Amino acid sequence: MNSLYKLLVQRLALGLLSLFAVAVIIFLAVGMLPGDVAEAMLGQAATPETVAALRAQLGLDVPALTRFGQWAWHLLHGDLGVSLANQRPIAELIASRLANTFSLAALAALVSVPVALLLGILAALYRNSWFDRLLNTSALSAVSFPEFFVAYILILVFAVKLNWLPSISNLAPGASFGEVLERSLLPVLTLSLVVVAQMMRMTRAALINLLASPYIEMARLKGISPARIIFRHALPNALAPIINVVALNLAYLVVGVVVVEVVFVYPGLGQLLVDSVAKRDIPVVQACSLIFAATYILLNTTADVLSIASNPRLMHPKG
Amino acid sequence: MSLFKQLLRAPLSAKFGLAVIVLYVLVALFAPVLAPYGETQVVGEGFAPWGSEFLLGTDNLGRDMFSRLVYGARNTLGIAFLTTVLAFALGGFCGLVAAIKGGWVDQGLSRVVDILMAIPQLIFALLILSVVGTTATSLVLVIALLDATRVFRLSRAVAMTVVVQDFVEAARLRGEGLWWLVSREVLPNAAAPLIAEFGLRFCFVFLFISALSFLGLGIQPPTADWGSMVRDNAVLITFGDISPLLPALAVALITVSVNFVVDWVLHASSGLKEC
Repeated sequence: MNSLYKLLVQRLALGLLSLFAVAVIIFLAVGMLPGDVAEAMLGQAATPETVAALRAQLGLDVPALTRFGQWAWHLLHGDLGVSLANQRPIAELIASRLANTFSLAALAALVSVPVALLLGILAALYRNSWFDRLLNTSALSAVSFPEFFVAYILILVFAVKLNWLPSISNLAPGASFGEVLERSLLPVLTLSLVVVAQMMRMTRAALINLLASPYIEMARLKGISPARIIFRHALPNALAPIINVVALNLAYLVVGVVVVEVVFVYPGLGQLLVDSVAKRDIPVVQACSLIFAATYILLNTTADVLSIASNPRLMHPKG
Repeated sequence: MSLFKQLLRAPLSAKFGLAVIVLYVLVALFAPVLAPYGETQVVGEGFAPWGSEFLLGTDNLGRDMFSRLVYGARNTLGIAFLTTVLAFALGGFCGLVAAIKGGWVDQGLSRVVDILMAIPQLIFALLILSVVGTTATSLVLVIALLDATRVFRLSRAVAMTVVVQDFVEAARLRGEGLWWLVSREVLPNAAAPLIAEFGLRFCFVFLFISALSFLGLGIQPPTADWGSMVRDNAVLITFGDISPLLPALAVALITVSVNFVVDWVLHASSGLKEC
């Protein structure tokens, strides 16, 4: 049991370490340019005065180490700096968008996880039947489609042809819950389709791997029904890889929202990030990247911790 | 069994995939012959409907949609292929070296890759592109570097199982150099999974570049490219016109096809009968 804690603490420490490394990389990325960021950002408009002003504003006139210290110190106090494009505090820009993005990802997770697990189990149960083949082929296709393709097909079908749902999800402040739900339905559906395919395939693979093992064969010889074999005997042992895949896909969801938000004009963090990259508003890009990366690392670490905690062999290691 | 016979016995999906890949390569090679108009040539009014003059209509600036689709095959496929090759050269070589050398070389490279992989790929790419600006060169280099980390992981893992074999030990005792070990001893025995990975990696890179172009941060206009073609003409979809979906369909078709072929290659080389 002691070694389990050691493993968990190690994993958490590793998560924190990568978070720190990521913060350093995000910070250093700005200094990577040969020459000067300020000049590059101003481009044609670079006169000695404007460059000097921008350098002062970005804090480029102090040594890098001091700058990193200040940046990290402000960050820990919730101060993300000021946007270059419109001089507003970044925390203010991000706050409402962050909630929108997370609620979009959470809704998608709520829809996709149960569906994916159910389909995966059914595919494993009726493996090699036409149902399984159909699921497999469509999953393989769904994984290889670009998100914007899926999104526009859904728009074409549900918004343009059938006229059931709005094609863009511009949330007005103070919209009712029903309205928000209606407007985010298509983005949620798009995101779900992409991750369901991946999770379903992995659930099926994890279960089928187990079905070849001797103890399942024994259960089968005893005459236990296929459904009971899957739920009672195979599923508990397949939990670790399944949890892992679910968490990895949730991590993917948080990043995958970027494209989907742009398609549906959804007022989230992803759209802000893309706009800021186009405008080269580097402080905002840094803040958004940090939030996305931190969420990603958090979910990945959770995946590892849970799969350690649900694996009997890791919980009771030999020797 | 000869390659041709194996092809004949391939499942329908793999044959379909191969046919599509060959078709795409031909279109990319002979783009100037196939396209009725130039890549950036403005030939008429914007958003003209489908017809005999403009097979698939025109785009938002009045350029021929069909011609741009054809040139898009060349640009998008070319850049994605170049990026994948670079990623493989870098990641594959480092992975093999890490497995052969072991010790601090392996530790150092692996930790660097761990850290790079802790950041979501899209976010990392956006961060770097915002700093260095979006040019085709920076696009290729950034994505190649990011994908090299994934290739590194795989090639290192595959090479690890090879380097412990006796024939590698024998080659080391003969005093062969690093280059010989990589190219003559380890690589031939690690080729099969790496080839399958090349196909999958190409799909990822291709989708990634298309997504970036779609966001307006990838291949820049006026170069014809499938991702940005969707973005430029997306407004037509709200009128029920499907022409903006054609480039997206082109992207989907090639990635599905490569996936089908990779699936078949993996299945055939693993020799598995069930599942």
